[in-house]
Amino acid sequence: MSNKSRTADLLAYAGLTAVSLFALFPFFWMVSTSLKTDNAVFLFPPRWLPDEWQWGNYARVFTEMPYIRYFFNSAYIAVLVTAGTCFASALAGYAFARLRFPFKNALFLFLLSGMMIPTEVTAIPLFTWMSALRLVDTHFPLIVPPMLGAGGMFGVFLVRQFLLTVPVELDEAAKMDGCSAWRTFVSIMLPMMGPVMATVSIFTFLGSWNEFFDPLIYLNSKELFTLPLGLSLLTTDAGVDWPLLLAASTLSTIPILVVFFFAQNKFIEGIASTGLK
Amino acid sequence: MAGEKTAGSVRLRHQEAWTGILFILPILLGYLLFLFGPIVYAFAMSFTNWSLLKELEFAGLDNYVRALAKDPVFWDTIGNTLYFTAGLVPLNMVLALALALLLKRKIRGIGLFRTAIFTPVVVSLVVWSIVWKFIFSTDGGLVNLIIRTFGGTEIPWLFSQTWTMPTVILVSALKNVGMNMVIFLAALHDVPKDYYEASRIDGASPWQTFRKITLPLIAPAVFMTAILTIIGSLKVFGQIYVMTEGGPGTSTYVMVYYIYKQAFRSYEFGYASALAFILFAVILILTLVQWNLRKRWVHYEQ
Repeated sequence: MSNKSRTADLLAYAGLTAVSLFALFPFFWMVSTSLKTDNAVFLFPPRWLPDEWQWGNYARVFTEMPYIRYFFNSAYIAVLVTAGTCFASALAGYAFARLRFPFKNALFLFLLSGMMIPTEVTAIPLFTWMSALRLVDTHFPLIVPPMLGAGGMFGVFLVRQFLLTVPVELDEAAKMDGCSAWRTFVSIMLPMMGPVMATVSIFTFLGSWNEFFDPLIYLNSKELFTLPLGLSLLTTDAGVDWPLLLAASTLSTIPILVVFFFAQNKFIEGIASTGLK
Repeated sequence: MAGEKTAGSVRLRHQEAWTGILFILPILLGYLLFLFGPIVYAFAMSFTNWSLLKELEFAGLDNYVRALAKDPVFWDTIGNTLYFTAGLVPLNMVLALALALLLKRKIRGIGLFRTAIFTPVVVSLVVWSIVWKFIFSTDGGLVNLIIRTFGGTEIPWLFSQTWTMPTVILVSALKNVGMNMVIFLAALHDVPKDYYEASRIDGASPWQTFRKITLPLIAPAVFMTAILTIIGSLKVFGQIYVMTEGGPGTSTYVMVYYIYKQAFRSYEFGYASALAFILFAVILILTLVQWNLRKRWVHYEQ
Protein backbone atom coordinates (compact mmCIF):
# COMPACT_ATOMS: atom_id res chain seq x y z
CA MET A 1 0.00 0.00 0.00
CA SER A 2 2.63 2.52 1.06
CA ASN A 3 4.89 1.37 -1.76
CA LYS A 4 2.10 1.80 -4.23
CA SER A 5 1.29 5.31 -3.01
CA ARG A 6 4.97 6.26 -3.12
CA THR A 7 5.12 5.21 -6.78
CA ALA A 8 2.01 7.30 -7.39
CA ASP A 9 3.67 10.28 -5.69
CA LEU A 10 6.75 9.87 -7.85
CA LEU A 11 4.62 9.74 -11.00
CA ALA A 12 2.79 12.85 -9.85
CA TYR A 13 6.11 14.65 -9.33
CA ALA A 14 7.31 13.56 -12.76
CA GLY A 15 4.17 14.79 -14.52
CA LEU A 16 4.06 18.08 -12.66
CA THR A 17 7.76 18.71 -13.22
CA ALA A 18 7.43 18.11 -16.95
CA VAL A 19 4.53 20.56 -17.39
CA SER A 20 6.17 23.12 -15.06
CA LEU A 21 9.31 23.02 -17.18
CA PHE A 22 7.28 23.72 -20.31
CA ALA A 23 5.57 26.60 -18.55
CA LEU A 24 8.77 28.16 -17.20
CA PHE A 25 11.24 27.37 -19.96
CA PRO A 26 10.13 30.25 -22.23
CA PHE A 27 11.06 32.72 -19.46
CA PHE A 28 14.48 31.18 -19.05
CA TRP A 29 15.06 31.20 -22.80
CA MET A 30 13.82 34.77 -23.09
CA VAL A 31 16.27 36.02 -20.43
CA SER A 32 19.15 33.88 -21.71
CA THR A 33 18.74 35.07 -25.30
CA SER A 34 18.32 38.68 -24.20
CA LEU A 35 21.92 38.54 -22.92
CA LYS A 36 23.48 37.04 -26.07
CA THR A 37 25.12 38.74 -29.01
CA ASP A 38 23.08 38.93 -32.20
CA ASN A 39 25.37 36.31 -33.82
CA ALA A 40 25.11 33.83 -30.96
CA VAL A 41 21.32 33.66 -31.07
CA PHE A 42 20.96 30.89 -33.65
CA LEU A 43 24.23 29.03 -33.07
CA PHE A 44 24.33 25.24 -33.40
CA PRO A 45 24.49 23.47 -31.02
CA PRO A 46 22.29 25.76 -28.90
CA ARG A 47 23.99 27.67 -26.08
CA TRP A 48 21.85 27.40 -22.95
CA LEU A 49 23.63 30.36 -21.40
CA PRO A 50 25.36 33.29 -23.13
CA ASP A 51 29.11 32.94 -23.74
CA GLU A 52 29.59 36.61 -22.99
CA TRP A 53 26.83 38.29 -21.07
CA GLN A 54 25.68 41.27 -23.10
CA TRP A 55 24.17 43.57 -20.48
CA GLY A 56 24.42 46.25 -23.13
CA ASN A 57 21.30 44.81 -24.78
CA TYR A 58 19.32 46.22 -21.87
CA ALA A 59 20.87 49.62 -22.34
CA ARG A 60 19.92 49.43 -26.04
CA VAL A 61 16.25 48.89 -25.05
CA PHE A 62 16.23 52.45 -23.72
CA THR A 63 18.17 54.02 -26.57
CA GLU A 64 16.79 52.21 -29.64
CA MET A 65 13.10 52.35 -28.79
CA PRO A 66 10.93 54.71 -26.73
CA TYR A 67 10.69 52.01 -24.09
CA ILE A 68 10.07 54.31 -21.14
CA ARG A 69 7.29 56.00 -23.07
CA TYR A 70 5.62 52.62 -23.79
CA PHE A 71 6.01 51.58 -20.18
CA PHE A 72 4.58 54.82 -18.87
CA ASN A 73 1.62 54.64 -21.29
CA SER A 74 0.80 51.06 -20.30
CA ALA A 75 1.13 51.85 -16.61
CA TYR A 76 -0.95 55.00 -16.43
CA ILE A 77 -3.70 53.55 -18.65
CA ALA A 78 -3.87 50.41 -16.49
CA VAL A 79 -3.96 52.45 -13.28
CA LEU A 80 -6.78 54.70 -14.53
CA VAL A 81 -8.82 51.78 -15.87
CA THR A 82 -8.37 49.91 -12.59
CA ALA A 83 -9.29 52.89 -10.41
CA GLY A 84 -12.34 53.69 -12.53
CA THR A 85 -13.55 50.10 -12.67
CA CYS A 86 -13.15 49.68 -8.91
CA PHE A 87 -15.01 52.87 -8.14
CA ALA A 88 -17.90 52.31 -10.56
CA SER A 89 -18.35 48.66 -9.64
CA ALA A 90 -18.12 49.29 -5.89
CA LEU A 91 -20.84 51.95 -6.14
CA ALA A 92 -23.15 49.87 -8.31
CA GLY A 93 -22.43 46.61 -6.47
CA TYR A 94 -23.34 48.28 -3.19
CA ALA A 95 -26.55 49.70 -4.67
CA PHE A 96 -27.60 46.29 -6.01
CA ALA A 97 -26.79 44.52 -2.74
CA ARG A 98 -28.25 46.99 -0.25
CA LEU A 99 -30.48 49.73 -1.62
CA ARG A 100 -34.07 49.51 -2.81
CA PHE A 101 -34.88 51.18 -6.10
CA PRO A 102 -37.32 50.49 -8.95
CA PHE A 103 -36.48 47.76 -11.52
CA LYS A 104 -33.48 46.70 -9.46
CA ASN A 105 -33.47 43.04 -10.46
CA ALA A 106 -34.27 43.71 -14.10
CA LEU A 107 -31.46 46.26 -14.30
CA PHE A 108 -29.05 43.84 -12.66
CA LEU A 109 -29.82 41.08 -15.17
CA PHE A 110 -29.58 43.60 -17.99
CA LEU A 111 -26.10 44.67 -16.85
CA LEU A 112 -25.04 41.07 -16.34
CA SER A 113 -25.89 40.25 -19.94
CA GLY A 114 -23.18 42.74 -20.96
CA MET A 115 -20.50 40.28 -19.91
CA MET A 116 -21.20 38.09 -22.93
CA ILE A 117 -20.76 40.87 -25.48
CA PRO A 118 -17.30 40.38 -27.01
CA THR A 119 -15.24 43.55 -27.37
CA GLU A 120 -14.22 42.28 -30.80
CA VAL A 121 -17.82 42.84 -31.95
CA THR A 122 -18.29 46.26 -30.35
CA ALA A 123 -14.91 47.41 -31.66
CA ILE A 124 -16.15 48.37 -35.13
CA PRO A 125 -18.99 50.72 -34.10
CA LEU A 126 -16.89 52.17 -31.28
CA PHE A 127 -14.07 52.83 -33.71
CA THR A 128 -16.37 54.71 -36.10
CA TRP A 129 -17.77 56.75 -33.18
CA MET A 130 -14.33 57.53 -31.76
CA SER A 131 -13.27 58.45 -35.25
CA ALA A 132 -16.23 60.87 -35.60
CA LEU A 133 -15.28 62.43 -32.25
CA ARG A 134 -11.63 62.66 -33.41
CA LEU A 135 -10.56 60.42 -30.53
CA VAL A 136 -8.72 57.86 -32.68
CA ASP A 137 -5.00 57.96 -31.92
CA THR A 138 -5.61 59.13 -28.36
CA HIS A 139 -5.72 57.11 -25.15
CA PHE A 140 -9.37 57.91 -24.53
CA PRO A 141 -10.76 54.74 -26.18
CA LEU A 142 -8.32 52.62 -24.17
CA ILE A 143 -9.38 54.14 -20.85
CA VAL A 144 -13.05 55.07 -20.71
CA PRO A 145 -14.85 52.18 -22.50
CA PRO A 146 -12.92 49.42 -20.66
CA MET A 147 -13.57 51.16 -17.31
CA LEU A 148 -17.33 50.96 -17.72
CA GLY A 149 -17.55 48.07 -20.20
CA ALA A 150 -17.65 44.30 -19.77
CA GLY A 151 -14.97 44.34 -17.03
CA GLY A 152 -17.04 46.82 -15.04
CA MET A 153 -20.12 44.59 -15.32
CA PHE A 154 -18.14 41.71 -13.93
CA GLY A 155 -16.89 43.91 -11.09
CA VAL A 156 -20.48 44.84 -10.18
CA PHE A 157 -21.36 41.17 -10.07
CA LEU A 158 -18.40 40.30 -7.81
CA VAL A 159 -19.03 43.20 -5.42
CA ARG A 160 -22.72 42.36 -5.10
CA GLN A 161 -21.98 38.69 -4.41
CA PHE A 162 -19.42 39.73 -1.81
CA LEU A 163 -21.75 42.14 0.00
CA LEU A 164 -24.51 39.53 0.16
CA THR A 165 -22.22 37.55 2.47
CA VAL A 166 -21.59 40.58 4.73
CA PRO A 167 -24.10 40.96 7.63
CA VAL A 168 -26.48 43.89 7.21
CA GLU A 169 -26.39 44.91 10.91
CA LEU A 170 -23.56 47.40 10.37
CA ASP A 171 -25.16 49.44 7.65
CA GLU A 172 -28.58 49.13 9.35
CA ALA A 173 -26.99 50.71 12.42
CA ALA A 174 -25.47 53.47 10.32
CA LYS A 175 -28.87 54.10 8.76
CA MET A 176 -30.45 54.33 12.24
CA ASP A 177 -27.85 56.92 13.16
CA GLY A 178 -29.04 58.96 10.20
CA CYS A 179 -26.09 58.36 7.89
CA SER A 180 -26.81 59.03 4.24
CA ALA A 181 -26.29 56.20 1.74
CA TRP A 182 -23.15 57.94 0.52
CA ARG A 183 -21.72 58.24 4.06
CA THR A 184 -22.57 54.61 4.78
CA PHE A 185 -20.92 53.59 1.54
CA VAL A 186 -17.72 55.56 2.10
CA SER A 187 -17.16 55.05 5.82
CA ILE A 188 -18.62 51.58 6.40
CA MET A 189 -18.91 49.56 3.20
CA LEU A 190 -15.77 50.61 1.30
CA PRO A 191 -13.36 49.71 4.13
CA MET A 192 -14.91 46.24 4.26
CA MET A 193 -14.61 45.65 0.55
CA GLY A 194 -10.84 45.12 0.63
CA PRO A 195 -10.80 41.49 -0.51
CA VAL A 196 -13.25 41.93 -3.38
CA MET A 197 -11.60 45.18 -4.49
CA ALA A 198 -8.27 43.35 -4.59
CA THR A 199 -9.80 40.74 -6.90
CA VAL A 200 -11.37 43.34 -9.17
CA SER A 201 -8.10 45.32 -9.26
CA ILE A 202 -6.01 42.30 -10.15
CA PHE A 203 -8.05 41.15 -13.10
CA THR A 204 -8.69 44.69 -14.35
CA PHE A 205 -5.04 45.74 -14.10
CA LEU A 206 -3.78 42.56 -15.79
CA GLY A 207 -6.41 42.81 -18.51
CA SER A 208 -5.47 46.40 -19.26
CA TRP A 209 -1.69 45.92 -18.98
CA ASN A 210 -1.82 42.99 -21.42
CA GLU A 211 -4.52 44.39 -23.74
CA PHE A 212 -3.49 44.20 -27.37
CA PHE A 213 -6.49 44.47 -29.70
CA ASP A 214 -7.64 47.99 -28.71
CA PRO A 215 -4.20 49.67 -28.86
CA LEU A 216 -3.63 47.93 -32.19
CA ILE A 217 -6.74 49.40 -33.80
CA TYR A 218 -6.72 52.85 -32.17
CA LEU A 219 -3.10 53.97 -32.01
CA ASN A 220 -0.94 55.20 -34.89
CA SER A 221 1.58 57.51 -33.22
CA LYS A 222 4.57 55.76 -31.75
CA GLU A 223 4.71 57.95 -28.68
CA LEU A 224 1.21 56.74 -27.71
CA PHE A 225 1.96 53.00 -27.97
CA THR A 226 1.57 50.63 -25.07
CA LEU A 227 4.10 47.87 -24.31
CA PRO A 228 2.33 44.95 -26.03
CA LEU A 229 1.78 47.03 -29.18
CA GLY A 230 5.33 48.38 -29.21
CA LEU A 231 6.76 44.89 -28.74
CA SER A 232 4.52 43.28 -31.37
CA LEU A 233 5.62 45.77 -34.01
CA LEU A 234 9.26 44.83 -33.48
CA THR A 235 8.52 41.29 -34.71
CA THR A 236 6.96 42.17 -38.05
CA ASP A 237 10.02 43.92 -39.44
CA ALA A 238 12.05 41.80 -41.86
CA GLY A 239 15.12 41.19 -39.71
CA VAL A 240 14.19 40.76 -36.07
CA ASP A 241 16.77 41.92 -33.51
CA TRP A 242 16.00 39.05 -31.14
CA PRO A 243 18.28 40.00 -28.22
CA LEU A 244 16.83 43.51 -28.21
CA LEU A 245 13.22 42.32 -28.56
CA LEU A 246 13.62 39.70 -25.83
CA ALA A 247 15.40 42.15 -23.51
CA ALA A 248 12.46 44.54 -23.92
CA SER A 249 10.03 41.63 -23.37
CA THR A 250 11.89 40.65 -20.20
CA LEU A 251 11.73 44.18 -18.84
CA SER A 252 8.01 44.41 -19.52
CA THR A 253 7.33 41.05 -17.86
CA ILE A 254 9.35 41.54 -14.67
CA PRO A 255 6.91 43.90 -12.88
CA ILE A 256 3.99 41.51 -13.44
CA LEU A 257 6.01 38.50 -12.32
CA VAL A 258 7.28 40.25 -9.18
CA VAL A 259 3.77 41.23 -8.12
CA PHE A 260 2.50 37.77 -9.00
CA PHE A 261 5.08 35.94 -6.91
CA PHE A 262 4.43 38.15 -3.88
CA ALA A 263 0.64 37.94 -4.06
CA GLN A 264 0.15 34.67 -5.85
CA ASN A 265 -2.69 33.31 -3.71
CA LYS A 266 -4.69 36.46 -4.23
CA PHE A 267 -3.91 36.31 -7.95
CA ILE A 268 -4.82 32.68 -8.40
CA GLU A 269 -8.02 32.85 -6.35
CA GLY A 270 -8.99 36.15 -7.92
CA ILE A 271 -8.48 35.04 -11.48
CA ALA A 272 -10.02 31.63 -10.86
CA SER A 273 -13.12 33.30 -9.47
CA THR A 274 -13.43 35.28 -12.70
CA GLY A 275 -13.59 32.00 -14.55
CA LEU A 276 -16.04 30.16 -12.36
CA LYS A 277 -18.52 32.39 -10.57
CA MET B 1 -47.33 61.69 15.03
CA ALA B 2 -48.06 58.54 13.03
CA GLY B 3 -48.62 60.55 9.86
CA GLU B 4 -45.36 62.38 10.36
CA LYS B 5 -43.50 59.08 10.62
CA THR B 6 -45.02 57.71 7.42
CA ALA B 7 -44.20 60.89 5.54
CA GLY B 8 -40.65 60.66 6.85
CA SER B 9 -40.20 57.05 5.77
CA VAL B 10 -41.69 57.76 2.34
CA ARG B 11 -39.20 60.58 1.97
CA LEU B 12 -36.40 58.25 3.07
CA ARG B 13 -37.51 55.57 0.65
CA HIS B 14 -37.55 58.11 -2.18
CA GLN B 15 -34.11 59.25 -1.20
CA GLU B 16 -32.86 55.67 -1.16
CA ALA B 17 -34.32 55.00 -4.61
CA TRP B 18 -32.65 58.09 -6.03
CA THR B 19 -29.36 57.21 -4.41
CA GLY B 20 -29.54 53.68 -5.84
CA ILE B 21 -30.16 54.96 -9.33
CA LEU B 22 -27.39 57.54 -8.95
CA PHE B 23 -24.96 54.85 -7.78
CA ILE B 24 -25.60 52.56 -10.74
CA LEU B 25 -25.66 55.43 -13.22
CA PRO B 26 -21.96 55.36 -14.28
CA ILE B 27 -22.00 51.66 -15.03
CA LEU B 28 -25.43 51.83 -16.66
CA LEU B 29 -24.30 54.64 -18.96
CA GLY B 30 -21.15 52.68 -19.74
CA TYR B 31 -23.25 49.67 -20.63
CA LEU B 32 -25.50 51.66 -22.94
CA LEU B 33 -22.68 53.60 -24.62
CA PHE B 34 -19.95 50.99 -24.88
CA LEU B 35 -21.70 47.60 -25.04
CA PHE B 36 -25.41 47.65 -25.78
CA GLY B 37 -25.37 50.64 -28.13
CA PRO B 38 -22.47 49.37 -30.22
CA ILE B 39 -24.05 45.91 -30.54
CA VAL B 40 -27.29 47.39 -31.88
CA TYR B 41 -25.31 49.74 -34.13
CA ALA B 42 -23.12 46.90 -35.41
CA PHE B 43 -26.24 44.96 -36.29
CA ALA B 44 -27.57 47.93 -38.29
CA MET B 45 -24.18 48.47 -39.97
CA SER B 46 -24.12 44.86 -41.09
CA PHE B 47 -26.98 45.67 -43.51
CA THR B 48 -25.06 48.50 -45.19
CA ASN B 49 -22.14 48.63 -47.59
CA TRP B 50 -20.33 51.15 -45.36
CA SER B 51 -16.67 51.42 -46.23
CA LEU B 52 -14.07 54.11 -46.55
CA LEU B 53 -14.50 54.33 -50.33
CA LYS B 54 -18.22 53.95 -50.98
CA GLU B 55 -21.26 56.08 -50.23
CA LEU B 56 -23.27 54.63 -47.38
CA GLU B 57 -26.15 52.58 -48.77
CA PHE B 58 -28.61 50.07 -47.46
CA ALA B 59 -27.42 46.69 -48.71
CA GLY B 60 -30.04 44.32 -47.31
CA LEU B 61 -28.66 40.87 -46.74
CA ASP B 62 -25.79 41.37 -49.23
CA ASN B 63 -23.05 41.14 -46.61
CA TYR B 64 -24.43 37.93 -45.17
CA VAL B 65 -24.90 36.43 -48.65
CA ARG B 66 -21.35 37.48 -49.52
CA ALA B 67 -19.96 35.80 -46.43
CA LEU B 68 -21.95 32.60 -46.68
CA ALA B 69 -22.02 32.10 -50.47
CA LYS B 70 -19.38 34.17 -52.25
CA ASP B 71 -16.35 34.52 -50.01
CA PRO B 72 -14.19 31.39 -49.89
CA VAL B 73 -11.90 33.01 -47.31
CA PHE B 74 -14.87 33.24 -44.92
CA TRP B 75 -15.29 29.47 -44.94
CA ASP B 76 -11.51 29.00 -44.57
CA THR B 77 -11.76 31.27 -41.56
CA ILE B 78 -14.63 29.26 -40.06
CA GLY B 79 -12.77 26.02 -40.73
CA ASN B 80 -9.54 27.31 -39.16
CA THR B 81 -11.37 28.66 -36.12
CA LEU B 82 -13.08 25.30 -35.61
CA TYR B 83 -9.74 23.52 -36.10
CA PHE B 84 -8.16 25.72 -33.45
CA THR B 85 -11.10 25.19 -31.08
CA ALA B 86 -11.26 21.43 -31.65
CA GLY B 87 -7.54 21.17 -30.98
CA LEU B 88 -7.23 23.53 -28.05
CA VAL B 89 -10.31 22.75 -25.96
CA PRO B 90 -9.76 18.97 -25.42
CA LEU B 91 -6.00 19.44 -24.97
CA ASN B 92 -6.45 22.23 -22.46
CA MET B 93 -9.28 20.50 -20.54
CA VAL B 94 -7.65 17.07 -20.28
CA LEU B 95 -4.29 18.53 -19.28
CA ALA B 96 -5.89 20.92 -16.77
CA LEU B 97 -7.93 18.15 -15.17
CA ALA B 98 -4.97 15.77 -15.00
CA LEU B 99 -2.81 18.48 -13.40
CA ALA B 100 -5.54 19.39 -10.92
CA LEU B 101 -5.86 15.72 -9.87
CA LEU B 102 -2.09 15.54 -9.37
CA LEU B 103 -2.02 18.81 -7.42
CA LYS B 104 -4.76 17.55 -5.10
CA ARG B 105 -2.35 15.01 -3.62
CA LYS B 106 -0.90 16.09 -0.29
CA ILE B 107 2.79 16.00 -1.18
CA ARG B 108 5.65 18.36 -0.48
CA GLY B 109 6.34 21.32 -2.69
CA ILE B 110 2.96 21.13 -4.41
CA GLY B 111 2.46 24.90 -4.18
CA LEU B 112 5.55 25.50 -6.31
CA PHE B 113 4.10 23.46 -9.18
CA ARG B 114 0.81 25.32 -9.00
CA THR B 115 2.66 28.64 -9.16
CA ALA B 116 4.89 27.51 -12.03
CA ILE B 117 2.04 26.26 -14.19
CA PHE B 118 -0.08 29.32 -13.45
CA THR B 119 2.69 31.81 -14.30
CA PRO B 120 2.01 31.98 -18.08
CA VAL B 121 -1.61 33.01 -17.34
CA VAL B 122 -0.52 36.39 -15.92
CA VAL B 123 1.99 37.15 -18.65
CA SER B 124 1.13 39.19 -21.74
CA LEU B 125 -0.07 37.04 -24.63
CA VAL B 126 2.08 39.14 -26.94
CA VAL B 127 5.27 38.41 -24.97
CA TRP B 128 4.38 34.72 -24.70
CA SER B 129 3.79 34.51 -28.47
CA ILE B 130 7.01 36.40 -29.26
CA VAL B 131 9.10 33.97 -27.22
CA TRP B 132 7.48 30.90 -28.77
CA LYS B 133 7.79 32.36 -32.25
CA PHE B 134 11.50 32.60 -31.54
CA ILE B 135 11.66 29.04 -30.17
CA PHE B 136 9.86 27.74 -33.28
CA SER B 137 11.94 29.76 -35.80
CA THR B 138 12.80 27.70 -38.88
CA ASP B 139 16.50 28.59 -39.12
CA GLY B 140 18.11 28.21 -35.74
CA GLY B 141 15.01 28.14 -33.52
CA LEU B 142 15.58 26.00 -30.46
CA VAL B 143 13.18 23.23 -31.47
CA ASN B 144 14.90 22.80 -34.84
CA LEU B 145 18.36 22.98 -33.23
CA ILE B 146 17.34 20.11 -30.96
CA ILE B 147 15.96 18.17 -33.93
CA ARG B 148 19.29 18.75 -35.70
CA THR B 149 21.19 17.47 -32.68
CA PHE B 150 19.38 14.17 -33.08
CA GLY B 151 19.91 14.15 -36.84
CA GLY B 152 16.26 14.77 -37.75
CA THR B 153 14.87 16.95 -40.54
CA GLU B 154 14.12 20.53 -39.54
CA ILE B 155 10.49 21.61 -39.84
CA PRO B 156 9.26 25.09 -40.88
CA TRP B 157 6.93 25.16 -37.85
CA LEU B 158 5.32 28.51 -38.55
CA PHE B 159 5.50 28.35 -42.36
CA SER B 160 3.80 25.06 -43.08
CA GLN B 161 0.20 24.25 -43.93
CA THR B 162 0.51 21.13 -41.77
CA TRP B 163 2.41 22.34 -38.70
CA THR B 164 1.49 25.96 -38.12
CA MET B 165 -1.94 25.45 -36.57
CA PRO B 166 -0.86 22.62 -34.25
CA THR B 167 2.06 24.80 -33.10
CA VAL B 168 -0.25 27.72 -32.33
CA ILE B 169 -2.63 25.35 -30.50
CA LEU B 170 0.18 23.98 -28.33
CA VAL B 171 1.46 27.44 -27.45
CA SER B 172 -2.07 28.62 -26.59
CA ALA B 173 -2.76 25.56 -24.43
CA LEU B 174 0.42 26.13 -22.40
CA LYS B 175 -0.52 29.76 -21.91
CA ASN B 176 -3.91 29.08 -20.35
CA VAL B 177 -3.91 25.58 -18.93
CA GLY B 178 -3.09 26.99 -15.48
CA MET B 179 -6.35 28.91 -15.45
CA ASN B 180 -8.57 25.87 -15.96
CA MET B 181 -6.33 23.88 -13.64
CA VAL B 182 -7.03 26.14 -10.64
CA ILE B 183 -10.75 26.18 -11.44
CA PHE B 184 -10.77 22.37 -11.39
CA LEU B 185 -8.69 22.37 -8.25
CA ALA B 186 -11.32 24.51 -6.51
CA ALA B 187 -14.07 22.15 -7.73
CA LEU B 188 -12.13 19.10 -6.50
CA HIS B 189 -11.76 20.62 -3.05
CA ASP B 190 -15.54 20.91 -2.82
CA VAL B 191 -16.05 17.16 -3.20
CA PRO B 192 -16.94 15.83 0.29
CA LYS B 193 -14.13 13.75 1.78
CA ASP B 194 -16.47 11.03 3.12
CA TYR B 195 -17.37 10.02 -0.45
CA TYR B 196 -13.77 9.04 -1.06
CA GLU B 197 -13.63 7.32 2.31
CA ALA B 198 -16.73 5.28 1.43
CA SER B 199 -15.40 4.27 -1.97
CA ARG B 200 -12.08 3.24 -0.40
CA ILE B 201 -13.88 1.03 2.09
CA ASP B 202 -15.89 -0.51 -0.75
CA GLY B 203 -12.59 -1.36 -2.45
CA ALA B 204 -13.09 0.78 -5.55
CA SER B 205 -10.07 1.24 -7.83
CA PRO B 206 -8.75 4.79 -8.35
CA TRP B 207 -10.21 4.81 -11.88
CA GLN B 208 -13.63 3.68 -10.60
CA THR B 209 -13.50 6.36 -7.92
CA PHE B 210 -12.68 8.97 -10.53
CA ARG B 211 -15.40 7.83 -12.96
CA LYS B 212 -18.19 7.26 -10.45
CA ILE B 213 -17.50 9.91 -7.80
CA THR B 214 -15.10 12.67 -8.82
CA LEU B 215 -16.20 13.22 -12.39
CA PRO B 216 -19.98 13.38 -11.77
CA LEU B 217 -19.47 15.78 -8.87
CA ILE B 218 -17.21 18.18 -10.75
CA ALA B 219 -19.21 17.85 -13.99
CA PRO B 220 -20.81 21.32 -13.63
CA ALA B 221 -17.37 22.96 -13.31
CA VAL B 222 -16.03 20.93 -16.23
CA PHE B 223 -18.94 21.83 -18.44
CA MET B 224 -18.88 25.54 -17.67
CA THR B 225 -15.12 25.69 -18.08
CA ALA B 226 -15.47 23.92 -21.42
CA ILE B 227 -17.93 26.52 -22.68
CA LEU B 228 -15.77 29.42 -21.47
CA THR B 229 -12.74 27.83 -23.14
CA ILE B 230 -14.68 27.34 -26.38
CA ILE B 231 -15.78 30.99 -26.35
CA GLY B 232 -12.19 32.07 -25.72
CA SER B 233 -11.00 29.90 -28.61
CA LEU B 234 -13.54 31.37 -31.00
CA LYS B 235 -12.09 34.81 -30.20
CA VAL B 236 -8.41 33.81 -30.66
CA PHE B 237 -6.40 36.72 -32.07
CA GLY B 238 -3.18 37.87 -30.37
CA GLN B 239 -1.12 34.72 -30.88
CA ILE B 240 -2.23 34.53 -34.54
CA TYR B 241 -1.32 38.16 -35.14
CA VAL B 242 2.12 37.81 -33.58
CA MET B 243 3.10 34.29 -34.64
CA THR B 244 1.63 33.73 -38.11
CA GLU B 245 -0.24 36.81 -39.40
CA GLY B 246 -2.85 34.37 -40.69
CA GLY B 247 -0.32 32.52 -42.81
CA PRO B 248 1.00 30.64 -44.56
CA GLY B 249 -1.58 31.67 -47.15
CA THR B 250 -4.84 31.82 -45.26
CA SER B 251 -4.21 28.62 -43.32
CA THR B 252 -4.40 30.31 -39.90
CA TYR B 253 -6.93 33.04 -40.70
CA VAL B 254 -9.34 32.87 -37.77
CA MET B 255 -12.57 34.82 -37.28
CA VAL B 256 -11.30 37.76 -35.24
CA TYR B 257 -8.22 38.06 -37.44
CA TYR B 258 -10.43 38.23 -40.55
CA ILE B 259 -12.75 40.75 -38.88
CA TYR B 260 -9.69 42.82 -37.95
CA LYS B 261 -8.40 42.66 -41.54
CA GLN B 262 -11.74 43.60 -43.10
CA ALA B 263 -12.56 46.37 -40.63
CA PHE B 264 -9.21 47.95 -39.84
CA ARG B 265 -7.04 47.15 -42.85
CA SER B 266 -9.56 47.21 -45.72
CA TYR B 267 -12.01 49.56 -43.93
CA GLU B 268 -14.97 47.44 -45.04
CA PHE B 269 -17.02 48.35 -41.97
CA GLY B 270 -20.32 46.96 -43.28
CA TYR B 271 -18.95 43.58 -44.24
CA ALA B 272 -16.82 43.33 -41.10
CA SER B 273 -19.90 44.08 -38.97
CA ALA B 274 -21.74 41.19 -40.59
CA LEU B 275 -18.77 38.90 -39.86
CA ALA B 276 -18.62 40.16 -36.28
CA PHE B 277 -22.32 39.56 -35.88
CA ILE B 278 -22.01 35.97 -37.04
CA LEU B 279 -19.35 35.51 -34.35
CA PHE B 280 -21.58 37.20 -31.78
CA ALA B 281 -24.51 34.92 -32.64
CA VAL B 282 -22.42 31.81 -32.03
CA ILE B 283 -21.08 33.16 -28.72
CA LEU B 284 -24.57 34.24 -27.64
CA ILE B 285 -25.97 30.75 -28.21
CA LEU B 286 -23.12 29.15 -26.24
CA THR B 287 -23.54 31.63 -23.39
CA LEU B 288 -27.29 31.03 -23.17
CA VAL B 289 -26.70 27.29 -23.02
CA GLN B 290 -24.18 27.86 -20.24
CA TRP B 291 -26.48 30.14 -18.23
CA ASN B 292 -29.38 27.74 -18.47
CA LEU B 293 -27.34 24.77 -17.39
CA ARG B 294 -25.77 26.73 -14.58
CA LYS B 295 -29.20 27.64 -13.26
CA ARG B 296 -30.24 23.99 -13.36
CA TRP B 297 -27.06 22.81 -11.67
CA VAL B 298 -27.05 25.44 -8.99
CA HIS B 299 -30.62 24.37 -8.21
CA TYR B 300 -29.59 20.77 -8.10
CA GLU B 301 -26.64 21.53 -5.82
CA GLN B 302 -28.93 23.24 -3.34
